[in-house]
Amino acid sequence: MGLFDRHAGLLEAYRDVRTTGYDPFQIRMERVLSPTEAIINGRKTLLVGTNNYFGLTFDSSCMEAAIEAIRAEGTGTTGSRIANGSYNEHVALEQEIAEFYGKKHCMVFTTGYQANLGIISTLAGEGDQLLIDADSHASIYDACKMTQAEVVRFKHNDPSSLEARLRRLGDRPGNRVVVLEGIYSMLGDTAPLREFVDVCKKYNAYVLIDEAHSLGALGETGRGLCESTGVIDDCHFIVGTFSKTLGAIGGYCVSDDPDFDILRVTVRSYMFTASLPPSIVASVRQALKVVKARPELRKQLWDNVATLYDGLAAQGFKLGPEHGPVVGVHLPDRMVAIGFWRAMLDAGIYVNVAVPPATPNGVSLLRCSVCAVHTPEQLQHMVEVMTGIGRQLGVIDDRTRRVVGGAR
Amino acid sequence: MIVENDGIADTLELRRGSTLARGEVMGEICHHLSPFQVGEKPIAGDTVIAKDLTIDSLAIMDMVMELEDRFDVSIPMNVVAEIHTVDQLADTILKLHARR
Repeated sequence: MGLFDRHAGLLEAYRDVRTTGYDPFQIRMERVLSPTEAIINGRKTLLVGTNNYFGLTFDSSCMEAAIEAIRAEGTGTTGSRIANGSYNEHVALEQEIAEFYGKKHCMVFTTGYQANLGIISTLAGEGDQLLIDADSHASIYDACKMTQAEVVRFKHNDPSSLEARLRRLGDRPGNRVVVLEGIYSMLGDTAPLREFVDVCKKYNAYVLIDEAHSLGALGETGRGLCESTGVIDDCHFIVGTFSKTLGAIGGYCVSDDPDFDILRVTVRSYMFTASLPPSIVASVRQALKVVKARPELRKQLWDNVATLYDGLAAQGFKLGPEHGPVVGVHLPDRMVAIGFWRAMLDAGIYVNVAVPPATPNGVSLLRCSVCAVHTPEQLQHMVEVMTGIGRQLGVIDDRTRRVVGGAR
Repeated sequence: MIVENDGIADTLELRRGSTLARGEVMGEICHHLSPFQVGEKPIAGDTVIAKDLTIDSLAIMDMVMELEDRFDVSIPMNVVAEIHTVDQLADTILKLHARR
């Protein structure tokens, strides 16, 4: 058997995808113009698939902070925190994130993926039990491959399914660590966190929540689902990323556990990779200030979510279960999803296409992520374009429009 | 050694009066796998789940969750990874059920 033979099935599926003319997994942004526009295939294209929830990638204060940091401290750290040492700014960033959550400790990572991978695989060790939501992100699944702990999945967003699995463990020894996400990245749905926390308390389990897609978006001060549901103190570990709302790259984990810092010499994805460069640390610190200082961005984001979600729903599209900065549009199968995606790109709108095995329950989706600085006109235009394509492809029909549209 | 262990487990189960019949487990597994059957070839104990059927790895894990709740056992992911045939899946469920 050749090295690549095991990927034969995937190669075939990938070939199918590419016959549409564009490769959705190798799109080239010829020039990025702003958080919401780029030149793709020579054409100005609206970006609605970049997780840039607050549009801070082009925030002038964040850009200036990054430029100043490069002038002051250079382009990179050229090594890990444990080998090359920490810069003052790494430590300051960790203090600021810990303060933001009101937690005692914070560790920052070079990517969000590495934060989940390292923290989860290290927290739960041999003899422990790790319980994860079935729709968990790949970084969580990969952590499960690395851990020595026993891993059990529970049904997506189903506290009773978690409870059954915790109950079955009975009085077996070992720590129980439950892994949840604030907003799930494919369908934009939130976890019933309060109910999950109640179950975890009952069975004395630790709670780790990944707020990657909910940082900034949820909670009165943007701390995520743990804040909007009032359970920050019950979440033992909160993980997140700098690569979405904060507009850069990197990950973090905060906790009140007094021994948390031991993870700095046990988590391999922290120890054996270069630390964040000064420019990233600087722009993230500034972005966090912007998130605190400009709550109106959160309101703008949710207004935009309503425009897109309600607009598409009124036309009869089948969407994720609730409003969220991610709007997942269900399509009947992989080829329709690819065709729809390509037609949108031809019409000057970029979204993500998500097909099995990257999606839950084998669904095919167009995954749209909304930005606070999208204009209502841009999103209304997008609804119109999607309605036209949806009708051409037979995904929605005119009847739906008449019935539902009449109520608007 | 394996036979001996199974014997002890069976006795314990009988004492508790909660013996799970192998036929019931096999029936439930086949019920979940039937949508993924290829042609007329019936699903049997030696059917290799990921190879002889059209089911993908994610759907296998989802089926395992259903079976877990049906028989009130939890099958850790590393154990699932070692299961290849329908027989092995049924044996795992029976073994975990007996240990409850």
